Amino acid sequence: MTNRPTRAARPPAIPLTRLARVIRSKNAGPFELTLDVLFKTGRGFRLARESGVFTRRRIARLYRVRPGDVLGLLWFEPARAVKVTLRRRIPSGAPGDSDIYGAQQHAPLLALTVPEGAGTTAKSAEKGRARPTP
Amino acid sequence: MKRPGAPFRILSPTAILGYGFPEDSFRRGLRRRPHLIGVDAGSTDPGPYYLGSGTSFTDREGVKRDLRLMLRAGVRAGIPVVIGSAGGAGAAPHLAWCRAIVREIAREERLAFRLGVVATDVPRATVLAALRGGRVRALPCVPALTEEAVRASTHIVAQVGLEPVQAALRRGCDVVLCGRCYDPAVFAALPVLRGHDPALALHLGKILECAAIAATPGSGADCVLGTLRGDAFELETLNPARRFTRLSTAAHTLYEKSDPTRLPGPGGLLNLEACVFRELRGGRVEVRGSRFEPDPEGWLKIEGARPAGFRCVSIAGIRDPILVRRIDATLEAVRAAVEPGRPGRLWFHVYGRDGVMRDAEPERGPPGREVGLVIEAVAPTQAQADSLCSLARSTLLHYGYPGRISTAGNLAFPFSPSDLRAGPVYAFSIYHLVRPGARPFAFPVRVETLRGDR
Repeated sequence: MTNRPTRAARPPAIPLTRLARVIRSKNAGPFELTLDVLFKTGRGFRLARESGVFTRRRIARLYRVRPGDVLGLLWFEPARAVKVTLRRRIPSGAPGDSDIYGAQQHAPLLALTVPEGAGTTAKSAEKGRARPTP
Repeated sequence: MKRPGAPFRILSPTAILGYGFPEDSFRRGLRRRPHLIGVDAGSTDPGPYYLGSGTSFTDREGVKRDLRLMLRAGVRAGIPVVIGSAGGAGAAPHLAWCRAIVREIAREERLAFRLGVVATDVPRATVLAALRGGRVRALPCVPALTEEAVRASTHIVAQVGLEPVQAALRRGCDVVLCGRCYDPAVFAALPVLRGHDPALALHLGKILECAAIAATPGSGADCVLGTLRGDAFELETLNPARRFTRLSTAAHTLYEKSDPTRLPGPGGLLNLEACVFRELRGGRVEVRGSRFEPDPEGWLKIEGARPAGFRCVSIAGIRDPILVRRIDATLEAVRAAVEPGRPGRLWFHVYGRDGVMRDAEPERGPPGREVGLVIEAVAPTQAQADSLCSLARSTLLHYGYPGRISTAGNLAFPFSPSDLRAGPVYAFSIYHLVRPGARPFAFPVRVETLRGDR
């Protein structure tokens, strides 16, 4: 604990793995891959939605694909979830594929963090006062 | 619209026929006097091989065990049993495979019933005519259909909706075995025939086709019960260890779909935007507000797979740290030495580096202590695939990479033989929507009477 670097310049960031109870990937048919993040609480869901972490551009970079290959990014409040659908690089099971069910393509999401927002806390974000973080 | 109709209860034993279910849960379901037992038997998830080759991805013993319990209970209590996407992919050989199991059980258990077998194969000529008539549409990310792809496809099936299953039920079938079928239609066909709201019935079917996956804790191998009543449906588990919650039910609508609120299928689009999920006592959830937007043009999804050569694989481990560090350069050198001028292609699956995610792998650092390697060769004939795999394996085994100090062999093989013939390879060739022309598509129902003798 002694040599812990100070990070005064950055707003505190919460690992996505702490906000989410499910982070998964799966085929949506043989030609698309769909990623689901299901948040533990409504607060975490809203914090993530307002944080600007989930954008097509960001997901495209994370998965090393063109932004146009991110086919959809949808927030679904009843399940406290965000869903991202990507074009599969190789259709399921075609020669060269590495994950027929697409069930192990979620790992890049595990490294995401959600900024709490400069000067705001998760609690105030829930009340809708947080600005999107750059 | 408020429909006062009597409640309609549906028992869903398992998410995929053959995955199993606890008999206790099933008995609890039967005690609720269901009006229908339904099960989905298929999926495209296991990949194109099964549709292409006409084989099942589920185990025959597992399917027979599940079907025996369902048929025995259903036939003896007069509860219709509907099985969709028979044999996994639902083409003619899959349907025949499943029908043989049903007949075997009927003989062994001395069960007498009317069996309806619904074929959902689409002749190549029908698809070609639709293609020429501009009645084929590619689904997102799918290349445009070509006549060559249609001709090369070994099996083509349509994912049918309510009507073909209803046609069999109308003819008095006690058990309906359907080829490729929209999963929710397995559960919705009979209640809609009895006047229940298609939107609610299909939404309920969408949840029931996964059995207890939508409950918490979720399971694809446990039974659940759904009840349609008037303008709502209710879900309940049949195992006290599980319950449905508002969240678990809502979350399930995300599963394996690109859009959680707009679910297109045969006959129209299930719109869940206005759905309300309400928790009831006893681990039950009530759902209302599902809407259905009919598709007057009658688009159906068709699926096909075509041969893509033959495969041979070799599995090996690498523990030498010098080679592990030089793995990329070494594999590329091996590829350059063996691939040019030979029919077929090589893939190296390097587990411990990027075997799972390939180009999408975000961590590009050096692999760890050891890597697992799968050498994959795919070629037009099995002999060519075997040769390519063998040559890549032997070249890599003795390849003299720079800095090598282990000169007796570069690979640790877990098996002898080191090369495994994986047989024919298939690729999805058709995943398109097709619209009928002047005449509707025909999905013939064959009705047979099983007399219950040995």
